[in-house]
Formats: sequence, C-alpha cells, structure tokens
Amino acid sequence: MLAHRMNALAARQGLALSRRGFLLSATATAAGLAIGFRALPAAGSEPPAAASPFESYIEIAEDGGVLIHSSQFDMGQGSYHGIATLVVEELGCDWSQVAVEGAAGNPALYGNVAWGGAFQGTGGSTSMTTAWDRYRRAGAAARQMLAAAAAEAWQVPADEIAVEKGRLSHAGSGRSAGFGAFAKAAARQPVPSDVALKTRDQWREIGNAGTKRFDRVGKTRGEQDFTIDVTLPGLLTAVMIHPPKFGAILAGFDAEAAKAAPGVVDVVAIHRGVAVVAEDMWSALKGRDLVGVTWDESAAETRGSAEILESYRSQATNPPKAMARNDGDVEGALASAETVLDSTFAFPFLAHAAMEPLNAVARLSDDGILEVWGGHQIPDVYQQIAAQIAELPPEKVRLQVMKTGGGFGRRAVPDGDVVGEAVAIAKAIGWRAPVKVQWTRENDMRGGRYRPAYVHRLRAGLDAVGKVVAWDSHIVGQSILHGTPFEAAMVQDGIDVTSVEGAANLPYAVPNLAVGLTSTDVRVPVLWWRAVGSTHTAYATEVFIDEVAEAAGADPVAFRLALLKDHPRHRAVLELAAEKAGWGQALPEGHHQGVAVHESFSSFVAQVAEVSMLDGRPKVHRVVCAVDCGTAINPDTIRAQVEGGIGFGLGAIMQEELTLTEGEVDQGNYDGYLPLRIEDMPEVEVHIVESDAPPTGIGEPGVPPIGPAVANAVFKATGKRIYELPFEKGLLA
Amino acid sequence: MITFTLNGVEQQLDADPEMPLLWALRDKIGLTGTKFGCGQALCGACTVHVDGFAMRSCQTFVGDVEGSDVTTIEGLDGKLAETLQAVWADLDVPQCGYCQSGQIMSALALLTETPKPSDEDIDGAMSGNLCRCATYQRIRAAIHETARRMEA
Repeated sequence: MLAHRMNALAARQGLALSRRGFLLSATATAAGLAIGFRALPAAGSEPPAAASPFESYIEIAEDGGVLIHSSQFDMGQGSYHGIATLVVEELGCDWSQVAVEGAAGNPALYGNVAWGGAFQGTGGSTSMTTAWDRYRRAGAAARQMLAAAAAEAWQVPADEIAVEKGRLSHAGSGRSAGFGAFAKAAARQPVPSDVALKTRDQWREIGNAGTKRFDRVGKTRGEQDFTIDVTLPGLLTAVMIHPPKFGAILAGFDAEAAKAAPGVVDVVAIHRGVAVVAEDMWSALKGRDLVGVTWDESAAETRGSAEILESYRSQATNPPKAMARNDGDVEGALASAETVLDSTFAFPFLAHAAMEPLNAVARLSDDGILEVWGGHQIPDVYQQIAAQIAELPPEKVRLQVMKTGGGFGRRAVPDGDVVGEAVAIAKAIGWRAPVKVQWTRENDMRGGRYRPAYVHRLRAGLDAVGKVVAWDSHIVGQSILHGTPFEAAMVQDGIDVTSVEGAANLPYAVPNLAVGLTSTDVRVPVLWWRAVGSTHTAYATEVFIDEVAEAAGADPVAFRLALLKDHPRHRAVLELAAEKAGWGQALPEGHHQGVAVHESFSSFVAQVAEVSMLDGRPKVHRVVCAVDCGTAINPDTIRAQVEGGIGFGLGAIMQEELTLTEGEVDQGNYDGYLPLRIEDMPEVEVHIVESDAPPTGIGEPGVPPIGPAVANAVFKATGKRIYELPFEKGLLA
Repeated sequence: MITFTLNGVEQQLDADPEMPLLWALRDKIGLTGTKFGCGQALCGACTVHVDGFAMRSCQTFVGDVEGSDVTTIEGLDGKLAETLQAVWADLDVPQCGYCQSGQIMSALALLTETPKPSDEDIDGAMSGNLCRCATYQRIRAAIHETARRMEA
C-alpha cells in the first residue's frame, strides 16, 4: 500500500523510475574504479547527469579497499551490513577490505526503489528491498570489469579469471593479483550492458548464518563514531531551549547573564527556540540555566493527553469520517448476528527515546559548501531544508550521513527539526565556527514527534455456529502525514495509510468487513515510530480476534488458521510458531501462552508468548517467533532485529506512556519514561521460514505481535482483557 | 588543576571541578567512547570505572576523581576485558552500539567482582544500563559465556 502511494507521488513529480531502467556507468577517480548506475527515467529520455562524478555505489581503491556508498541509513538495524553482504557476494571481495559510508545528495542514484525511486530515504523496513538488485548488480559489474582488466593485462580469456576473497587469479598461467592492482585499469573497461547475478546455489554470503556484522568490533571498543562524536577544529556546542508547549512561539529572552558565563560564546534566537552556544557541553548547559525566556502560547496545544484520549473515545462511537475498507454490509450483518462483541482500545503517545539524544553538526566552509553531519534518514528533504535556512542553493549543501545511536523513526522528520537547528544556529552566529547542536534527554523526551495516541473501537458479529459474519473497526487519532510534503500523495480520500495499515488489510476471511478512520486535529507533533500503524493495529486486531475466538469457543490458533485460508504465508508462520512453542502442550504451573500473527512491511511474523503473573504484573518468560521476510540475507541480523523488536515492543505495551498535562509533557527522562530493562527481557527464539521470495523488511515486523501475544496470555492467566495501554494502566482499569 | 590517573596515565586537567567527568572526558580530553544518554545516571551509557567500581560519569564531578584511577572503554586491557570484548563480538551483541561501551564497563565490573554470575546477579548489575535496541538477550549470554571461557 505504501509503495503504491509513493509510486503515485513519484509519478506526479515526473520522476517515476522503472525498476529495471538502470544504466550502468563507471568513473575513473583518483582512487580507482567507482561504479554506479544511472537510473533511467521510465519515459526513456536521457538520464540526468549525476551531480558529482564521485557519486557511486562502490569505489575500489588502489590499495584494494572497497568503499560502499550506502543509500540506506544505519540506525542500528544493520542496513550497512546487509548492503555490504550483497556487494561482497557479487564482487567477490573479502570482508576485511570493506568499508561502508552513508550516501546522500543524488536521488537518481540512491532513490528508494520501494518508494518509487524518486527520492532517498530509509523507512518502512525497505532497505533490503531497495538494495537487493541495485547493490548486487553494482558488485557484479565491478567484478566483471576487474576480471576484464586482468584478462587484458595477462593476455588470457576473461572467463578464465577467478575472483575470490579480493583476489583475481588465472589457474592456467598461475598469475594472481589483488583488486587494487587493477582498480584503475578496470575503470577504463567498457561497462557491461547487463550482468549475470549469482544463482541461489552459488551464494556463500547471502543466507550465511555464520556471518557476524562487519561493524561489530568497533562497537565493543568505543570506536564507533556517532554524530555526538563529530569533532572539528573550532567546533562549538549548542544546547536548545524549546517552548514548553507545542505550538508556542518565542516572545522574548534575556541572555545577559548567560553571555557572561564562562565558556558561553553566544545566545541566539532561531525558528525553534533559543540556542546557547558554548565552547563545550557543560558550559552550554550551565549557561542555559541563566537564560530567561518568555513564550507566546496563544496558538499552543493546551490539552492534556487524558483529555485528548477521552475525546477520541467519544469520537469512536460516531461514524468514521472516512472509510479505508468496506466489504459487504457490516451494519446489516451486525444487526442480524447472534452474538456481537464491542470493545474499545486506547493507546498512549509513545516516545522513540533513542539512546543518542538528537543532534546535528553544521559547518560552512571557506569554499561556500555547507556540510551537515547527522542521522540523515531522509537526506533529500534535509538538503532542501538546510539550503533554505542557509539561503544557499541545494547543490551547495553536502550531507554527511552518520550512524546514530538508535532511531526507530525519529531521524526521519519532515520538518528536519534538529538538522534545521544546527544550520540556523551556525548561521545566527555568522558562520564563524562549526556548530554541534546537542539535545539533552529532556529536550529529546519533550521535543515532540511521538507515536500518536489512538482509540480503536472494534465490533464483531458471530452467527449461531460461531462463524464471524461481521468485523467493524473505527480508528481515531492523528494523521502522521498531515502537514508533511508526503501528504498530497499519501493521504487520499481522508485516509492516511499509516493510520490504518495492519487494520485495513486484515487477512481474516470475514464477508462483511469495514475499517473507518477519523483523523483528529491535535497539535502534538507526531511521527512514525518503529512499525508505525502496526504498533496499534496489530494489538487491536489480534487481541480482538482472540476475543472473538473465545466467544466462538475455539482454540485461538485453530480459529485463526481457519480464517486464513487465502493467506499461506500468515498460516505458515503461525503454524511454525505454534509448533515450536509446543502450543497446547502442558506448561509449568501458572504459565500461559498467548499468540498473535501479523503482516507488516510485507513480512509475516507469528509469536507465542509464555507468561505468568507475578505480583499482579505479567512476567514474560519465553517468546517463540516465526518470521517470513522472504530471502534471508543475514539470518543472524534477522534474529537480532526480531529479538530487539520484541524487547522494544514489550517495553512499550508494559510500561511506556508519554503523557501531557495542560499541553506540557510530563516525562523528561528515563525515570518517568520507562523502556524495557534487562530483567524484563524474555528468552526469545526466532525461526526463519525458508523462502525464495525477494527479501522484505525485518527492522520493524518483529515489534507488532508481541503486545497482543502477551495480552492474550494475560487473559488466559487472569480472565481479563487489556483494553488500555500500557498494561500498568489497563490491568488496573 | 585536577590530577588523576586515566587509563593508566597521569592526567592533569584545568577544569571546573563541578564539570561532570563525562564532559571532561569527551570535551576536554577527547575520549568519546563514553556516551551521553540521560545526564541523570538513569541509562548507564556513560559508565566508567573509578578505582575499579562502575560509576556513571554524568553524575560524577571531575573534581571528585582527584587522585583516583579512572578507566574508560578506551583503556581496557587484561585477560578478562579482552575475553569479554571478544565474546561480545562473537555473539554479535551490538546493534546501534551507542550504549555498548557502558554495557561492557558494567559487565566487566560485575565479572571482576562475581566471576560466575547468576541471572539474578546479571539483572542486578546490568539493570541500570538501558539498551533501546534491546540487545539484552545477547548481553546476558555474553556475560555467561565470558565467565565460562575464563573458567576454562
């Protein structure tokens, strides 16, 4: 659904790209061979010239180093490793040669194919989908050109050249050389018009369960640099004072005392608040305490979260403003049903609360190039924002893409919040020094952009023999896409796809099925949060289907399977998870199992959670998970993402909640906002379904099923359905 | 002038004694392996060793480490630390990696004190170290595996 809408966006902008429309190109650089593809416009007109000859997918240097330019941002999910795996497989280099850098600034090269290809971005668990052909082809082309160069030099047929572990060799003549020796000569070879990719039986890297992430060692030694670690000559540190209420604007400030404080260089007003600029972080923080600020709150959101959710509950009983799906005659079927279930679910705002508080670095160099370092998850948007603020043409903006300490969606902000701050502050001090803006944890927690709060009202009708004849869902909450550049293409007929994904595509065979949406007008800034719509739709649908199964007197697994006849991939993961978890078999005393199955981002995940109650609180002992994400590129990364996704999702449903009182966020740090800690992490077992299908996402799909699986186990243990999250609240309700 | 031993070398620092050790390490000395996460000793990302004890450097005044022995992730050596870091890599623990310096510093302090920790010992020692990627299962496994390798 998302891909379809993004394609529509691309088409409207005249930028639609054929998936196969690549033109190979190569460039001889000072370093050696740089291989890229120029993406051809679908109409078949001349390909646009690249902005820079150095932009490419792979560069091979004369020292044999292989530098991969990743179109996909790495916030910890392992996209760099995934892309490197594709290149290593096809290029035939050794892992020790590989380095990966984030690329930006050329959507013709790096556009996300899964979104239509028109612009670059990481999200929706699409990294391996967009990289799959592109980086394998780049690797294969580079290998072919290296082999051709060696064949020419050695005067042997190119097809007799073997390429393995970064070396070219010819058995007949006994000659061999490293990649570096032919890096320059390879760049002079004709670019292959097409390349043969390895077949599945030839793969050594793709699907190799023994491969560990190539970037792991530096992360055990404190050597991995993040944006916070960027150091530049003369770099200043800025901290922000943001409005206490969303929508408030700066009325005035008094910086006299702060400016006199040791280490403080300047105090400036920018579009998002007041920045204290200092020689180091401690001086900036001390200076910030001395600034007096007044705000104009006339346009601010002043409601509390409880008030907002209460209004959602009442709106949920009204007819929806828009319909995302309407099969058959739901109201008629509900009216004639033998049994009608009617349940309302409430979901709080959630914070991303990534470990690295938001930050960005900006520097205008003497040659007029503005460099911006940061977690550039949607670089084209950030390039435009930086250019606008700096009053420079976009081609003068160079983004340096850093790995970040988590993200979970928070680094893809349509208004470019922290990126814009860095540029605005550097500009406000007259570009006299590079500036790093570093949010504190409190800035980060209170800086907005939350998973929206939602209320779902679900109704189901069963006939006399327990068959589901009607399913009606009404979702009430804020539109994430409203007011963003993506709105025109991705919100149609009142339906924000990110509000209804996971609900509108309910896989269960129900003849009368309606999904409605009421988007609300609330001025709390919201954003995609790992697994987006499925963070709430999976919970509501999978808890409610359990409730329906209970009403039908059926086993939750058998009941789902019977309704999934036309969905073999859902069935397969559900059956596998149930089998591996020993569904229905004896459990230790007081232990209960709950199940959930959900498709998100074109991957299919089923989870069985084993739970007992301890002091009135669920203790999750074990989670057995089956996942089908198509071809498994890195099985260990898939396992890691699912383990982590389960921990991330479990923390959220157990105890995460961001609340507001009179428009101000109550939580400021990890004492009020409570992500999962080690003692609550269950034992997770991940089973990967063998598949020949193209790879789909894994960064997010592990998250959605854990909440409903645990809630369904809690129901078995307590007889209580949890309709309000987090559990701490719902169990008391 | 504040004098202390940092990663085995004498360090002299001209700084506000109330500056948190975290910012002294990062901004004054240039050791960036120790991370800022919360500033309130709630997340453990800034964990270092002061005289062998795991301390949150964001809530430790640099003036208070006068005469102490401070070890950061950059200064780890010895068989236990090397084994721990090797196991960490073998089990592919890190995801984003941001909290991992702190996790390793806490795990090392635990294993130094308790060479064969139970799950409860691990919960107790590691509960103060948040990992938003939730790599906890592998952290637990890595601590047990390090204990096993050290015993072998």
